[in-house]
Amino acid sequence: MRAAVITFPGSNRDGDVAKALARVGAAVLPAWHADTALPERTDLVVLPGGFSYGDYLRCGAIAGRAAIMDAVRAHAARGGLVLAICNGFQIACEAGLLPGVLARNAHLRFVCKRQHLRVERADTAFTHRYAKGQAIDVCIAHGEGNYICDAATLERLEGEGLVAFRYCDSSGAVTAETNPNGSQGGIAGIYSAGLNVLGMMPHPENLIDPLTGGTDGLGMFESLIARPRAA
Amino acid sequence: MKARVTVTLKTGVLDPQGKAIEGALVSLGVAGIGSVRQGKIFDIDLRGEDRQAAEKALASACDKLLANTVIEDYKIDISA
Repeated sequence: MRAAVITFPGSNRDGDVAKALARVGAAVLPAWHADTALPERTDLVVLPGGFSYGDYLRCGAIAGRAAIMDAVRAHAARGGLVLAICNGFQIACEAGLLPGVLARNAHLRFVCKRQHLRVERADTAFTHRYAKGQAIDVCIAHGEGNYICDAATLERLEGEGLVAFRYCDSSGAVTAETNPNGSQGGIAGIYSAGLNVLGMMPHPENLIDPLTGGTDGLGMFESLIARPRAA
Repeated sequence: MKARVTVTLKTGVLDPQGKAIEGALVSLGVAGIGSVRQGKIFDIDLRGEDRQAAEKALASACDKLLANTVIEDYKIDISA
């Protein structure tokens, strides 16, 4: 598996996700926002977390129009895998890779904490090492993670099984209390219609080593390496 | 020519920043505040004098970058 990790000005989780990918044996290929092509034979594109362009205008707005994003859209249109984490999810929405928008957290506070997620489906390239309904323990760290889309889009996401993760408690229950940012339906991550693009606010790359608190994030990277192309 | 582009949240989209400002104004004792919605203003200097072309270019700027039309509306005002 060849994974291109794109660095934008202000990305700061590119190194961590590269470590997670290397941990499972992926070849990590650094890519730069101003490039016009992806590295040769890229299987997976990663849009990492951070604060691209200082969150100017809207989170992800300027990075979403970066030169390399045309190549990322073409990769996704061919069925190539894209993993967009946190600011990367915001960039993916702004770039039109995924529908909707990540708005300011409803309570206005930046949240940085451990957070359980319910795995909504375990038959995708990103999640087949998890079990459907499993509550995984990862991290969130964002000020703009409140997922908003219009009613028709929400109905389509729910109806077509494109919700990837929801914020839940340790038993997997999704309630108003487990929702850290006001997201519709407690949505923490969504897939594209082809299940080859995943955008998520939480950070699986933080939880890959017992030294730093747990390994529940590792399953995503093990899933990706075991099946480099979408099913 | 100059232009002012105003970007505001669509009606019905939650505006927690506007709500917080509203609360602060009320707590400051400013009289008569009903509600507050926060937006953005872009003041843009335009080259050339073709008003129609400018309107078209600015609409394109809004659609491509200045506004996220999933949650935001925009208004363009061009002045001499």
